[in-house]
Amino acid sequence: MAFVAIADRDHEHALHDPETFIRKYIWSQDHKVIAIQYALVAIGIGLVALVMSVLMRLQLGFPDTFSLIAPQDYYQYITMHGMIMVIYLLTALFLGGFGNYLIPLMCGSRDMVFPYMNMLSFWFYLLAVLVLVAGLFVPGGPTGAGWTLYPPQAIAPGTPGHGWGIICMLASLAIFVVAFTMGGLNYVTTILQARCKGMTLMRMPLSVWGIFMATILGLLAFPALFVSCVMMTLDHSLGTSFFMPAVVQMGQQTVHSGGSPLLFQHLFWFFGHPEVYIVALPAFGIVSDLLSVHARRNIFGYRMMVWAILAIGCLSFVVWAHHMYVSGMNPYFGFFFATTTLIIAVPTAIKVYNWILTLYKGDIHLTVPMLFAIGFIFTFINGGLTGLFLGNVTVDVPLSGTYFVVAHFHMVMGVSPILVVFGAIYHWYPKITGRLLDDRLGRIHFWATFIGTYAIYLPMHYLGILGVPRRYYSYSDSIDFIGQNVHIANEWITISAVFVAAVQLVFLFNLAWSLRKGRDAGPNPWRATSLEWQTPDTPPKHGNWGKDLPVVYRWPYDYSVPGAPQDFIPQDVPPGDPRAGNAPAGRDHGVHH
Amino acid sequence: MSQDSSATLPAVPEGLQGVTADWSADKQAFPVPWGKAMMWIFLLSDTFIFSCFLISYMNVRMSTTTPWPNPSEVFSLTVFGTAVPLFLIAIMTMILITSSGTMAMAVNYGYRRDRTKTALLMFATALLGLSFVGMQAFEWSKLILEEGVRPWGNPMGAAQFGSAFFMITGFHGLHVSCGVIYLSVVATRVLNGFYERKGTYETVEVAGLYWHFVDLVWVFIFAFFYLW
Repeated sequence: MAFVAIADRDHEHALHDPETFIRKYIWSQDHKVIAIQYALVAIGIGLVALVMSVLMRLQLGFPDTFSLIAPQDYYQYITMHGMIMVIYLLTALFLGGFGNYLIPLMCGSRDMVFPYMNMLSFWFYLLAVLVLVAGLFVPGGPTGAGWTLYPPQAIAPGTPGHGWGIICMLASLAIFVVAFTMGGLNYVTTILQARCKGMTLMRMPLSVWGIFMATILGLLAFPALFVSCVMMTLDHSLGTSFFMPAVVQMGQQTVHSGGSPLLFQHLFWFFGHPEVYIVALPAFGIVSDLLSVHARRNIFGYRMMVWAILAIGCLSFVVWAHHMYVSGMNPYFGFFFATTTLIIAVPTAIKVYNWILTLYKGDIHLTVPMLFAIGFIFTFINGGLTGLFLGNVTVDVPLSGTYFVVAHFHMVMGVSPILVVFGAIYHWYPKITGRLLDDRLGRIHFWATFIGTYAIYLPMHYLGILGVPRRYYSYSDSIDFIGQNVHIANEWITISAVFVAAVQLVFLFNLAWSLRKGRDAGPNPWRATSLEWQTPDTPPKHGNWGKDLPVVYRWPYDYSVPGAPQDFIPQDVPPGDPRAGNAPAGRDHGVHH
Repeated sequence: MSQDSSATLPAVPEGLQGVTADWSADKQAFPVPWGKAMMWIFLLSDTFIFSCFLISYMNVRMSTTTPWPNPSEVFSLTVFGTAVPLFLIAIMTMILITSSGTMAMAVNYGYRRDRTKTALLMFATALLGLSFVGMQAFEWSKLILEEGVRPWGNPMGAAQFGSAFFMITGFHGLHVSCGVIYLSVVATRVLNGFYERKGTYETVEVAGLYWHFVDLVWVFIFAFFYLW
């Protein structure tokens, strides 16, 4: 059957603009509104997790001064902090937030292919967040199983929140998977099937590539989380024994027998490791675009960047058991997973080199988005290098239970993507609102966050090498090998963490203040080439493109092209147009000038 | 690659590069409607869900220390005084495979724009699906009431037998039930001319994809549960 692509269709009757306030801003099917809804909820719940981390740090840094957290509640804080940050903040913000906003605009589409389902995706996500928050208030409190929820202890009596808390957690995760699936199907189908005329796959900005691959990873990895949630719920509520072996607890034989706790770990990490890249790949893509725009230079090795994204995506499915070196497994498995883990460093290193080579001899504008992008390169290289330590079995075994893991993980998966999130918000805020964020406040925000990050996590690596165990409520007494220098480091880390958390208030203030008082941005303040900056209206209206869809003639990295009158040629400028000057005709991908 | 792209795109190179260039051409990667593309991607994701379920089942079957119940005894049905192994399940499997046949015919008639036959065949498919779910309910009640199988244990052997059985066949039965509703809705719309006005019957095929997938999954569940 012949199917007419959207770019070839008649657009006269394509749009049915919503009219009421509710249809426009609340029960909205517009991808841009849904993106903002996703982002606001994600940031809101993320702030809850941020406050939790501050409380934990105050406890760890000054165990004798503060009594904000009772010893038996400490694990609940750890669990909720980790789960919220990884899933409900980062995953939702990158895919639900940036994915929703950028995909149709960058691909030249009017909206996602199934807007109604896209809307449902957000409401299910909100429901997942509400169920998660409900977990804070149920009898027994939220689960304290650690963000990995390992059985048997996740549902065993003695663990905080083993009653209602864990059920809320599992239900919330299952709902999140449903929400993500509805959104993710939209993202992938839109990218594959609804691009505008001239927008080939190899002319897509790397942001879209990163989000695309991350979404595919999500669609294939979240099933494992969903299945493990179902099985653990059954173990908990119906007394089945999928994950629960025969356990004697408090002198009592439990009802369970014959289950496999290792099965849960395999399922969890089959989701959990791709999850790292679900967060990282959109960050990789977005940071590539930030660097290219603000260095006024084409991205170095576009084609290699795309292949690296694909390679990382594929490899991320065969490395999961490197999280389980200390769980007990056949040494040959350890060998296999260590090898694949180190192989994944190759495409990742290609990306890092290409980012640096993009900057090399570029016309670097140290704008706030650029500062965050460059900051990301630093933190990501740091986090990546410590990953090489932990990827090796023999080095991982002694380090695995220590603060080294905490430092590595926060550096590579916490701080790095968050720096990109900040950079991206400073970069695209003018398109979303029509106004620029305040530059001075942005610089304060960047330097305080960036330096603060190192103040927090560098000493943490040191603590890890000293052997300071993680997951401890207090190091104040009775642990002989914890020296005085550890206490000093802990105090320093806590002071830094409180400082960095406080600085985020500057950012929030900036977001709110610039909405009304920010400098008028115009349609294209960064003089960028990609399609989202070429919309007829800023902020883009429903349907994005007015009457006619854009037509693309070139890749999105035509910066500083010799012969062109300006240092950028937008993607929709045809050859021969005065804006293209006598620059060579539109190219497909990274062929050099 | 569509013809009017010549102004916006460079010439297509020869050989393998040409294949890549063609596949990554503008507008769309596959010449299919959005709904169909999305259904394929969803089914890929759903495949991973069922794979995880089945692999977990195999894992607990190997990890448990208690002997596994003999499926040909547990699932036998007494017909005229003799116990016939896998009797009910053979009928159920046949019904589901037959329903795939009627579904395929419905898709064919849909593209021929034969509203009545399309709708009738789809209702037939839904009805077969419904009878499958009905027999599953019968099988469950027999296991629960007569044989004493529970999710947390059973008299024949390993507790995981009941756990995995109810979980996986339940999840599949849920898929079939959703499919029955889905097919009924689409068939009603076929009948009242919704797709005639829309100009395309692609939704019938999309629903068919889902239905065939649910059948295919059953084949695996059948093989791993009843024949192993």
